[in-house]
Amino acid sequence: MKLSEIRNMLGAKVLTEDAEERLCGIDIKTACGSDLMSDVLAFVKDQGLLLTGLVNPQVVRTAEMMDICAICFVRGKVPDESIITLAKELGVPLLQTPLSLFIASGRLYKGGLMCEEE
Amino acid sequence: MSQKISLHYDIDGKDFSIAGEASSSVKKVLKQLGVSPEIIRKVAISMYEAEINTVIHAGGGAADVEITPDRIHVMFSDRGPGIADVALAMKEGFSTAPEYAREMGFGAGMGLANIKNNVDEVKIRSALGEGTTVEITVLI
Ligand SMILES: Nc1ncnc2c1ncn2[C@@H]1O[C@H](COP(=O)(O)OP(=O)(O)OP(=O)(O)O)[C@@H](O)[C@H]1O
Ligand SMILES: [Mg+2]
Repeated sequence: MKLSEIRNMLGAKVLTEDAEERLCGIDIKTACGSDLMSDVLAFVKDQGLLLTGLVNPQVVRTAEMMDICAICFVRGKVPDESIITLAKELGVPLLQTPLSLFIASGRLYKGGLMCEEE
Repeated sequence: MSQKISLHYDIDGKDFSIAGEASSSVKKVLKQLGVSPEIIRKVAISMYEAEINTVIHAGGGAADVEITPDRIHVMFSDRGPGIADVALAMKEGFSTAPEYAREMGFGAGMGLANIKNNVDEVKIRSALGEGTTVEITVLI
């Protein structure tokens, strides 16, 4: 699923000002929802989308280490400018959706995005 | 890559927002050297876990990296409080992480076990009141 489709499905805003072309070029095969970076580091196997309600620079760094393709902050959480700057530097697109983690995950799952166990 | 590459990083213990910069830098170097993504991933994850530990549990320290054609060796050293029982600290779920680290999404007690799962060798030496060294080796 293209990251641009995910954005549309979640009614999300792109915080990193990535061009439409770039968003269309990122193919997301799986997603993981977690507020615990310890778990993301220990259990995420496939590089996909990270949905999280946690907003701090280490979320971006964790994504960088794990080769996570993009991050979507849920429940309208607003990262501060330094987090957005870091994400731009590292080339990790940041999205923001007003939806909760549960609803956002549900929409993507229903829309055909698979989780890692499958 | 015929000779040895040595890199040294100071790890700031006061600014949690920059924790991970050493790991990030090494990841870039390995990419430039053309090391396989699978190896890079193992090094990046285990270095990042150890780097975060150096910040949140020891108040900072250093990382010394050696890259040779056959392996990547990283030594984290700090002069923090040390680990009373290393075997217990290695167990999944054991954590003494401070509240601020938990609020940042860490402190599940998974890090050392995760390092062990990702590297070919991990050696931890620690003395209470003196500090800790965590040495990791990933074979290429
Ligand atoms: N450099 C260090 N200095 C002192 N104590 C340490 C150090 N590294 C680890 N420890 C101790 O070992 C425990 C387990 O570490 P581990 O990385 O497995 O978990 P954590 O850091 O508490 O949580 P997580 O890694 O899941 O975020 C820590 O809670 C801490 O008590
Ligand atoms: Mg840890």
